[in-house]
Amino acid sequence: MPLRVLFVQRTVKSVTESVHRTGNAIRARGLTKTFRRRKETVEAVKGIDLDVAQGELVAILGPNGAGKSTTIRMLTSVLTPTSGTAEVAGRDVVREPAAVRARIGYVGQGNAGGYSYRVGDELRNQARFYSVPGDVAKRRAADLLEALELTGLEKRTVQSLSGGQRRRLDVAMGLMNHPRLLFLDEPTTGLDPHARANLWEHVLRLREENGMTLLLTTHYLDEADAMAERIVLIDHGTVIADAAPEVLERDYADDVVTVELAAGQSPATARSVLPSAVVSVTESVTGTGAVRLALSTRNGPELVPPLMRALDAAGVSVTSTDVKPASLDDVFLNLTGRSLREEAA
Amino acid sequence: MTYVIDRTAAESYVLEDRSRLRKWLHDTGAVFTREILVVLHDPFTLIFSLLQPLVFLALFGPLLDGMLGAGGIGGDTALQWFLPGVLVMIAIFGTGMVGGNLLYELMTGAYERILATPLDRSSILVGRALKEFAPLVGQALLITVAAIPFGLAFYPIQVLVGLLILGIFGIGLGALSYALGLAAKGREWLFWGVQQSVIFPLLLLAGMMLPLDSGPAWMQAAAKVNPLTYIVDAERALFTGTLWDSDVAWGFVAAFATCAVGLWVGIRTVNRTV
Repeated sequence: MPLRVLFVQRTVKSVTESVHRTGNAIRARGLTKTFRRRKETVEAVKGIDLDVAQGELVAILGPNGAGKSTTIRMLTSVLTPTSGTAEVAGRDVVREPAAVRARIGYVGQGNAGGYSYRVGDELRNQARFYSVPGDVAKRRAADLLEALELTGLEKRTVQSLSGGQRRRLDVAMGLMNHPRLLFLDEPTTGLDPHARANLWEHVLRLREENGMTLLLTTHYLDEADAMAERIVLIDHGTVIADAAPEVLERDYADDVVTVELAAGQSPATARSVLPSAVVSVTESVTGTGAVRLALSTRNGPELVPPLMRALDAAGVSVTSTDVKPASLDDVFLNLTGRSLREEAA
Repeated sequence: MTYVIDRTAAESYVLEDRSRLRKWLHDTGAVFTREILVVLHDPFTLIFSLLQPLVFLALFGPLLDGMLGAGGIGGDTALQWFLPGVLVMIAIFGTGMVGGNLLYELMTGAYERILATPLDRSSILVGRALKEFAPLVGQALLITVAAIPFGLAFYPIQVLVGLLILGIFGIGLGALSYALGLAAKGREWLFWGVQQSVIFPLLLLAGMMLPLDSGPAWMQAAAKVNPLTYIVDAERALFTGTLWDSDVAWGFVAAFATCAVGLWVGIRTVNRTV
């Protein structure tokens, strides 16, 4: 059920694509960050270029330690880049950090609310930090609490909230200054599937209602696939691919159509009549002795009808077929030789 | 349920034209407010922090009476000599804690969120130090008034000047403690270890609990380079009713110097650590 909710959200994209886009919300060139820990030098980010248009929803996807958070921290001016430039919300992050901070919302990896502070207090404190007048802050806090289903928790301490509530409070705090551009660093990490789906529902609705630009990081493949209009795949501190998920899956990975031959059918005959759309074939034998052919191809569903006709014409009978669409994990695997799933685990 | 941002209203108040000073005052106030609300919501902490100096005074004061006039304890009564020392001690314990309170926020993420706001960096330091200092004003007035029946002469203007010196000094010490907290990120024992091993020698070498006049020469020499010595001497002068005195002037010098060094170190550390 929660996953279904996740995937239903994909329809939201078409709606928000109509949002009028002018100029870039983010424009980064050659960003690098080198940390010095003890005597070791760690190159966390090795030169990232990134453009995000107004109103876009972009996900930075990559394994742990790829440089996702460091990139976001530089773009939000929390960290100073070692080299390179970035213009965020029209301002330079190094020269005018305060102007950038005033114009953006930032939901970091940790919890924004101090654990021993009260929910209502923290929302109004956050408003004070942005110099929002008291009466306006009061109204915004009440509206955001309602929008994020936190009403009634104002007097509770942040510590006493559930993980999902705490994360929703983080989002509410990130929106207290009414930013047009919101950064979310691993917003759903550590949440159970239901809380994840619930958080997404809120974030995407708020974005749709307000035409916000969203830049987020995640290491959840399904999330990036379902939510993002564009995915920036990063590994070892560099961008290795940058496109819509559908495009990435089309360009960097193949669908796999598997056919299981009936007993006594010749795999050689079957292989000789395969349509030209098949890129490669892997043959295997199942536990029951049946022969299985795994066929890689650009577009799996489109391969099945001609494939069936060809096998039929050659007199090869098939007991079952299966189509596995290309995934972002396949994309990552093809680009780096490593699986993102294992890295995320 | 729907939450639509009203883009027609003035959007970003931070971007208003304000003088740097006005923004700094606002930011410092905002940080102070955040911290003090927690104290105000928790009356027990407040009551205990007010009672603490009374306990010190009740248990220490009588012992000092016997030593009156001997070994450098001046003033009309031991109370007059000892009370300023207690105030300095509370101020140091309070503002020295600033970094300790920060350690938790460094872990949970609240600190990073604060860094991502347009708050002035020095306001983050000063606001937090002021929060540790604020209870001191209450504590000081309470024990001073409580000590009047026991023979303490009360000089309101001098006491206020004394609190001002302590406040300036406390901001500097708070900022240093903050920097230590940042440097000890993820290693709490380091913060407390360093903090304790710095604060106690400083206290003893300032002649705060016992006079140093009868101590060995090296201790007296060490006291000369301890900024706290000048703070304690200034407070003692003020509590005996002196106002225009070189001790008081040196107290201000030591307080401003500590404040300047503390803020310089603190802001540098804030800008370098995330």
